[in-house]
Amino acid sequence: MQSQSALSRLGRLHSGTAWAVLAVLAVVALVVVPVLHTVLPQDSPLYMPGWMVTLAGRFLCLALVALALDLIWGYTGILSLGHGVFFAMGGYVMGAHLTRVAHDDGSVPNFIQWLDYSDWPWYWAGFESFAFTAVMIALVPGVLAFIFGFLAFRSRVRGVYFAIITQALTFGGMHLFYRTETGFGGDTGLTDFDSLLGFDLAQAQLGLFLASAVVLIMAYLLCRWIVTSKLGRVLTAIRDAETRLRFTGYDPLRYKLFVWVVSAVLCGIAGALYVPQTGVINPSEMAPPQSIEMAIWVALGGRGTLAGAILGAGIVNVVKTWATSAYPDLWLYILGGIFIGVTLFLPHGVVGLLRRRKEASQ
Amino acid sequence: MNTLAKSMDDFRELMRRDQVFDIVNRPADNATVDMSHGVALYLESITKSFDGFRALDDLTLYIGDGELRCIIGPNGAGKTTLMDVITGKTRPDAGTAWFGNRINLLRLKEHEVAQRGIGRKFQKPTVYENHSVFENLELAMHANRGVVTSLTWRLNGEQADRIDEVLELIGLTGERDRLAGLLSHGQKQWLEIGSLLMQNPRLLLVDEPVAGMTGQETEATAELLTSLAGKHSVVVVEHDMDFVRSIARQVTVLHQGSVLAEGSMDQVQNNPRVREVYLGEEE
Ligand SMILES: Nc1ncnc2c1ncn2[C@@H]1O[C@H](COP(=O)(O)OP(=O)(O)O)[C@@H](O)[C@H]1O
Ligand SMILES: [Mg+2]
Repeated sequence: MQSQSALSRLGRLHSGTAWAVLAVLAVVALVVVPVLHTVLPQDSPLYMPGWMVTLAGRFLCLALVALALDLIWGYTGILSLGHGVFFAMGGYVMGAHLTRVAHDDGSVPNFIQWLDYSDWPWYWAGFESFAFTAVMIALVPGVLAFIFGFLAFRSRVRGVYFAIITQALTFGGMHLFYRTETGFGGDTGLTDFDSLLGFDLAQAQLGLFLASAVVLIMAYLLCRWIVTSKLGRVLTAIRDAETRLRFTGYDPLRYKLFVWVVSAVLCGIAGALYVPQTGVINPSEMAPPQSIEMAIWVALGGRGTLAGAILGAGIVNVVKTWATSAYPDLWLYILGGIFIGVTLFLPHGVVGLLRRRKEASQ
Repeated sequence: MNTLAKSMDDFRELMRRDQVFDIVNRPADNATVDMSHGVALYLESITKSFDGFRALDDLTLYIGDGELRCIIGPNGAGKTTLMDVITGKTRPDAGTAWFGNRINLLRLKEHEVAQRGIGRKFQKPTVYENHSVFENLELAMHANRGVVTSLTWRLNGEQADRIDEVLELIGLTGERDRLAGLLSHGQKQWLEIGSLLMQNPRLLLVDEPVAGMTGQETEATAELLTSLAGKHSVVVVEHDMDFVRSIARQVTVLHQGSVLAEGSMDQVQNNPRVREVYLGEEE
C-alpha cells in the first residue's frame, strides 16, 4: 500500500514524455559514456578520452548548482548572488579529505608547516575519514545557510538587498580563505590530491563522472518532488504574493529557510564532486563574479523550470570552455553579452523561447 | 551604552527566580477562539502614531459574534491601519486587542492571527497569479501549515468537494483551471473572498471589496457578504455609500483615528457631526 502510493507519487512527478526524455538522458550518461570511454578503441572517432569524461563530469556538477539556484530563485523568487560560497564549502570539505589522504604517511602540507604547526590544527580533525567528510559536505554549507538565512529572512530582507548581502557573504568567505592563517592553504588553496576511497584519481575519471550523473539525477528528482508538491506551490506563492500567503496563515520564514538550506546543501554536494575532477579548490571559487555567473546560467536556461536551469548551465559552460581557449580575453564580454541579451530578449530563457515556438506552431 | 544597560536589565528580568519564563507562562495562544460572551473582537484604547501623526487615536470598538459591521470614514481616517493592527501587521503604541475572550492578538504574528481564524482581504486584490483558481483555493484551505506536511500533502475527497462548493459560491466554477492572473478585476476580488472562506475564519476583515466592480458585481458581492453574516463575523470597510446602505445593519464612522459615531445607517446619516466631516464632503 505504502510502496504503491509512493510509486504513484513518482508517476505524478512528470508526464510520460518527460519521463522518457529523462530515461534516455540517464542511459546516455550511465551506459553510452562508459562504453565510448572504455570499450571503443582509442583510435575510433567516437572514443571519449579521459579528459573529456572529466569535463563532462564537471559540467554535471555545475548543472547541479544551477538546479539548486533555480529552486531558490526561479521558484521562490529569492535571488542569491552568493551560492559560490556553498559550492566552495562543499569543495573545501572534500579538499580537506583529499589532502589528508594524500598525507597519510604522517607528513603535513607546506602551508601547515608555515603556520608553525607541527601537526594538523584541531579543525582538520576527522577529515581523514570519508564517512565524516560525507556528513560534513552536507553539514557545513547547510549550517552556514541556516544561520545566514534565519537572520536574513527573520528580518524580512528581500529582493536586491538580499542579493547584495549574499554577495557580501561570499566576498567575506573569499577573504577569510585567502588568509594563510585560516589554515586552508591561503590563495593556493588545497591541491596535490592523489586518491579517493582507495582509487587513484588519475584513473577515477569515469567513476567520478558516473557519481556526478547519479547525484544529478537524484537531485533532479528531489527538486521535482518539491516543486510538484504543495510545498512547491507555497514557494511560488511566496515569490508572487508573500503578504497574501502570510495572512493566509503560512509562516514564509520556515518555507524559505527550508528551501534555502536544501539549495545550499545541493550546491555543497556539487562542489564536493567538482573538486576531485579539477584537482584543486581555492578561494577564487568564492569570488563574486563566479556567483553572478551561476545566476546567468539559470536566467539563460529559464528561471522556474528545472530543465531550463540545467540547460542554461550546459550552454554557458560549453561556450565558456570553447571561448576561454579560443578567445581568452573576450570571455567576460561574451558572458556580459549573454546576460544583456537574455535580459532584453529572453525574459523566460531558452525554455521560454522553445515553449513559445511550440505554442505558435499549434 | 544605553542599549547595553537595557539588555542587562532585560537579562536580570529574565533571570528572576520568583518568576517562570514567559514562554512557560504564556496564556494559551493557540486556544480555540471563545466567543461565549457574544463578542468576537474587543479593541480598547488603541493608539498608533506614525512619526507623531496619530493614525489611530484611543480607538475603542467591539464587534459581535456573527455581526456584519461596516466601517466608513474619509480617506486617511485609519481604516486600513485598524485592520493592520488586528492582523498583526502593525503593533499599536497602546491599547489592547482580544479575539474572543482568550486570544490576545497583540502577541501574535500575522500568520498566527490568520491561523486563529481571522481572514483578511486587501484593498488591492491579491491572488497568486501563476496558480490556477483551484490551486489558489487549495492553498488557502484550512489545514496544517507545516513544511513537512506540505511535502506529502494530498487533497482528500471531502476537501475537494469543499473547493467545488466555494467555486460555485463565488461563480468561478467555469474558471477552475485558469490561471488566476488571467481573471478580470472583479473575478480576482471574488477569488480573494473565496480564498478567505477556504480558511474557515470566524472573523473576516474586508477592505473595500467593491472597488472597481460593475453594478451587477457589486450587487452580487453585497448578497454574498450578507449571507456570510451569522456564521462568521464580518467587518467591511467601504467608500461606496450605496453599497454600505444595501448591506449594513450597524455602521461605525471613523474620523481622525477614532470613532465618531456608531449606529444604524439612518442614525449615522442624521448625525450632524458625521454630516459635517464625511457625508457633507460628498454632497
Ligand atoms: N506605515 C505608515 N507609515 C506612515 N504613515 C502611515 C502608515 N500607514 C498609514 N499611515 C498614515 O495613517 C493614516 C491612516 O491611513 P489608513 O489607515 O491607510 O487610512 P484609510 O484606510 O482610512 O484611508 C494616513 O494619514 C496614512 O498616511
Ligand atoms: Mg484604506
